[in-house]
Amino acid sequence: MTKDKAHISVQDLNVHIGGNHILKDLNIDIPNKSVTSIIGPSGCGKTTLLKTFNRLHDTAADVKVTGKVLVDGEDIYDPNTEITHIRKKMGLLSQRPYPLPMSIYDNVAYGPRIHGTRKKQDLDIIVEKQLKATALWNEVKDRLHSSATRLSIGQQQRLCLARGLAVGPEIILGDESTSALDPVSTSIIEDLFVKLKQDYSIVLVTHILRQAARVSDYIIFVYEGRIVEYGKTEQVLRDPREELTKEYVKGYIV
Amino acid sequence: MRRRNLEELFFKFLMVLATLVVGGSFFLIVGTIFYKGAPYMTFDMLTKTPGGGFYIGKEGGILNAIIGSMYVAGGATILGLIISIPVAIYLNMYMDGKKFLSNTLRMVFDVLFGIPSIVYGAFGFLIMVYFGLRASLLGGIIAVTLLVIPILVRTLDEVIRTVPLELRDAALSLGSTRWETAKVVLRAIRPGIITAILISFGRAIGDVAAVLFTAGFSDNIPTSLHEPAATLPLAIFFQLGSPIEEVQGRGYASALILTIVVLIITILSELLVKKFYKHKS
Amino acid sequence: MILSQSGQPINYYIQLMQRIRLLKDKIISKLMLLFTILSVSLVFIIGIGLYYKSIPVLQNSTWGHLLTSSVWKPLKGLFGFYPYIMGTLWVTGIAIIIALPLCVLTSLYIIEYAHPRVRRILMPFVNLLSGIPPVIFGVWGVLFIIPLIQDHIAPHFVEFSTGYSVLAGGIVLAVMIFPLIVSILNEVLRTMPQELKDASLALGATKWETIKKVILRKALPGIIAATVLAISRAFGETIAVLMVCGNNAVVPHSVFDAGYPLPALIANNYGDMMSIPLYDSALMFAALLLFIIILLFNIISRIILSRLERKMAA
Repeated sequence: MTKDKAHISVQDLNVHIGGNHILKDLNIDIPNKSVTSIIGPSGCGKTTLLKTFNRLHDTAADVKVTGKVLVDGEDIYDPNTEITHIRKKMGLLSQRPYPLPMSIYDNVAYGPRIHGTRKKQDLDIIVEKQLKATALWNEVKDRLHSSATRLSIGQQQRLCLARGLAVGPEIILGDESTSALDPVSTSIIEDLFVKLKQDYSIVLVTHILRQAARVSDYIIFVYEGRIVEYGKTEQVLRDPREELTKEYVKGYIV
Repeated sequence: MRRRNLEELFFKFLMVLATLVVGGSFFLIVGTIFYKGAPYMTFDMLTKTPGGGFYIGKEGGILNAIIGSMYVAGGATILGLIISIPVAIYLNMYMDGKKFLSNTLRMVFDVLFGIPSIVYGAFGFLIMVYFGLRASLLGGIIAVTLLVIPILVRTLDEVIRTVPLELRDAALSLGSTRWETAKVVLRAIRPGIITAILISFGRAIGDVAAVLFTAGFSDNIPTSLHEPAATLPLAIFFQLGSPIEEVQGRGYASALILTIVVLIITILSELLVKKFYKHKS
Repeated sequence: MILSQSGQPINYYIQLMQRIRLLKDKIISKLMLLFTILSVSLVFIIGIGLYYKSIPVLQNSTWGHLLTSSVWKPLKGLFGFYPYIMGTLWVTGIAIIIALPLCVLTSLYIIEYAHPRVRRILMPFVNLLSGIPPVIFGVWGVLFIIPLIQDHIAPHFVEFSTGYSVLAGGIVLAVMIFPLIVSILNEVLRTMPQELKDASLALGATKWETIKKVILRKALPGIIAATVLAISRAFGETIAVLMVCGNNAVVPHSVFDAGYPLPALIANNYGDMMSIPLYDSALMFAALLLFIIILLFNIISRIILSRLERKMAA
């Protein structure tokens, strides 16, 4: 589908939730080191698709997943794969920020600590680096050990991004990650995504077409559990091939 | 990574162990009582009053305590209902708009709920002394009523709250007074009232500390409110304290009787609660 | 009144009925208010009554002396409550140390790991525990725990023990408070937001690490509230502890020593109350102590719980 190397490769993916067939026979490759947006009407399965990438459906009781999801060639749904190792490769940014009930410093250090980094000097370096990368350092450097819940929502979301980056992922997943934020925080995060794509592959679920236009290189349009169209941003938004896509992006005016 | 998995496995093992202990204690306790008490269970136990000696003697049964407990628990529950139903209704239907006040009152009842029965017993004793009453059925009923009021108020309050506001509003909009609406509500929660009765009866029948100073003890079934009354828990306690092994054994049997009675009451009330809430949902 | 064809008599009759209805309502509502006020004031009446009865013994010595002295000679008018307070603290402390870890582990397992069916089957039996009368716990304690301690546990640690000890009291109390702690913890854990757990899992943490580092932290206020409530319940338990703790009025120095908690003091001596001067006042003072401490603990835990509820709803 694309010349760029595929970081995530989805093959014949079917997902059933509680008896409903949510995702149907999906085949798609997510390219490396770029931003891919998944768009589509509510309930089409965007978030479900995103969650299959890091197997977050494991915690839900009535979800059945069949097919393959290859990350760097490794099928993450193979029973033999070690899941925490896979999840380490991915950072997740949810719709609302969920700071862990600890200090700002501990939030960012949480991941590295779990994966074995114990020495304070090492952790200090990581915390500072990621807080700088998410443009949060200057705002919090004097209160690193205060509770993370005291930050504003925009700051909390950046903290969650820093936290996710701290484990050294290769892929960043964003699930409508700016929908709870004010415009200023939203644009900060969008700018961060554009900057980060040099080093990470980013997959974003969004229902804001303008955001998709601003930020992404590729767009996947999902409708009722199927991939209707896929291609470069410009092409999907300005000159879509499919009728359904045309209908959906009709509201988007450049 | 292996260390992390090992740690998880270790704690999972501990968790299962803990669950077995906590979940199994019920069976352990009831089982022990059955095991030790069954050999001493005779029909006489249920039908005769004790004979042969100082308080719990070598013969007879514990009919005095069984009836005595029924009187105390029954009397206390009835008195308790008379006071608690109006209170529960007042809290829910007559205090509209005064949310803070009604919640504070609820908190006070919660506090009353937490007061141990020995304090109610001591206070009941004070009241008896003040009024010149002797240790008697009446004294026991007073003390246990005090104990039971917070339980009833809390249960009834919860039950009344399940009545949808629309029902109350429907009655009110037909022009009924608040009291007439209350009567409608009460009829609607009849099974809930029965549950409350069962719960409070079960608590009342098993309590020792409240009747300890107030009800006295006797080998006979009380014929008037001013006679002392034997209660099951106290009977068990005295029997166990006896040096005669046979009497101790009968203590185990008495414990078995009490356990069975309370279990039946508890299970009945649980079933009623389930049936009641099935209606609601 | 007579129903007649002409308007007026009927109107009068209806109006009268109306007025009676409204009057009835007013009277009944005032009566209900009275009952409510009386019930609520019970708390104050009890507190004041106990205090009033304690005054004689308070006039005899000071609060400080009563609470810290170990001398208990009623005939001389000397009342030192220290051993009894210590007895209560030991028994309650042991009960919490045993019950809390067990209940946290159990609740974690039931909510986080086990199949929902496990919870549905197991919890009724845990709740049935709370319906068992205290005296039955006492009997069980005598039949099962005392021999257990005397024959199997104590020999490893001390030379001789009858089994009647604060340890026995603590174990029996612990089982009595299982249902209370488990049911509160179940609610607290059940209402943990899944997204928070997902955030931790997404970072590559295992389920246990998530529990250890995130869930338990978030649940801490709930755990504390449950503990405080359980303590206040344990403080007041009379008969079960009385039957197994040995009733020896010395300050316990090891778990195998006998103890004499405050409720047991009151229960055991009420017979002598009226015959020795000041004795009844002293026992009422003990009851007052219990009342005040339990009141405080109850209020504290309810405050914590209600603040927790508000945070969850936000």
